[in-house]
Amino acid sequence: MSRPRPEPVQVVKQRRDAALAALVARVPYIQFLGVTFDRRGDELTAIMHYDDKLIGNPMLPAIHGGATAAFLETTAIIELGWNQIWQEIETEGNELPPLRLPRTIDFTVDYLRSGLPRDAYARARINRVGRRYASVHVEAWQDNRDKLFAQATGHFMMPQLND
Amino acid sequence: MTADKAKLAAQFIEAIPHSRALGMKLTGIGDGEATIEMPYSEKLIGDPETGVIHGGAVSALMDTCSGAAVMSHPDGPRATATIDLRIDYMRAATPGQTIRTRAYCYHVTRAVAFVRAEAVDDDADRPVATATGAFTFERSKA
Repeated sequence: MSRPRPEPVQVVKQRRDAALAALVARVPYIQFLGVTFDRRGDELTAIMHYDDKLIGNPMLPAIHGGATAAFLETTAIIELGWNQIWQEIETEGNELPPLRLPRTIDFTVDYLRSGLPRDAYARARINRVGRRYASVHVEAWQDNRDKLFAQATGHFMMPQLND
Repeated sequence: MTADKAKLAAQFIEAIPHSRALGMKLTGIGDGEATIEMPYSEKLIGDPETGVIHGGAVSALMDTCSGAAVMSHPDGPRATATIDLRIDYMRAATPGQTIRTRAYCYHVTRAVAFVRAEAVDDDADRPVATATGAFTFERSKA
């Protein structure tokens, strides 16, 4: 039994990071929110870097529920987009196909605690993705992974190759 | 709601940093109902291929408008927090057009306000999105 020699780690990382950066850079609103993505293998963690413009209640102060919702929705969409291109990224010498992002059908957010004025993190789990529809769950926390400050479930329409 | 209270609420909402960053303008408020609009802006784009605004910006608009409706309720609280908010996206908002939202409290209990909201663009007959939410509601002392 022989198998081809695996690619050098830097080459693999460079290709994955470039694909992720290209995906994230496509969405101007992600830049506006100040969200970035951390990658470990295929696992993504979204980070919403604290900024004063995210505040919804200046008295507390607390992060705006709308900013939290947008953060969770963005995390879900990027996770779906990432999941779609992962196989292509992993195939050596493959050109990435033109990328189309999923469209949100509905999105439901549970607000569990008020968002503190500091960085927030989120991870999405794809519960099901078919040819047309996908269902995704997202969890967000701040200091403590076990103490979620918000979670959400959303349904998405997957982009069709021919429309 | 008195004119003073309405003015106060308008100022309060326009003082919310995130709502200001999104360019929201309160256009009406009172008796558990509020209307807010958000002009089109390139920084809010979710899909550059179409120029359509990101769903997250619409969520923020719905959330702000719903919160404003709760605060304007006659028995209403000085502050409120979102317990849960569901948004249904009916269609893409037309690029370049202002999005207008109306939210109203359709039921309030001792502790919770139930709110519905609808967002439209220039074609007001076909909603862009609708929302239903539950908000904390602490009655002001009589």
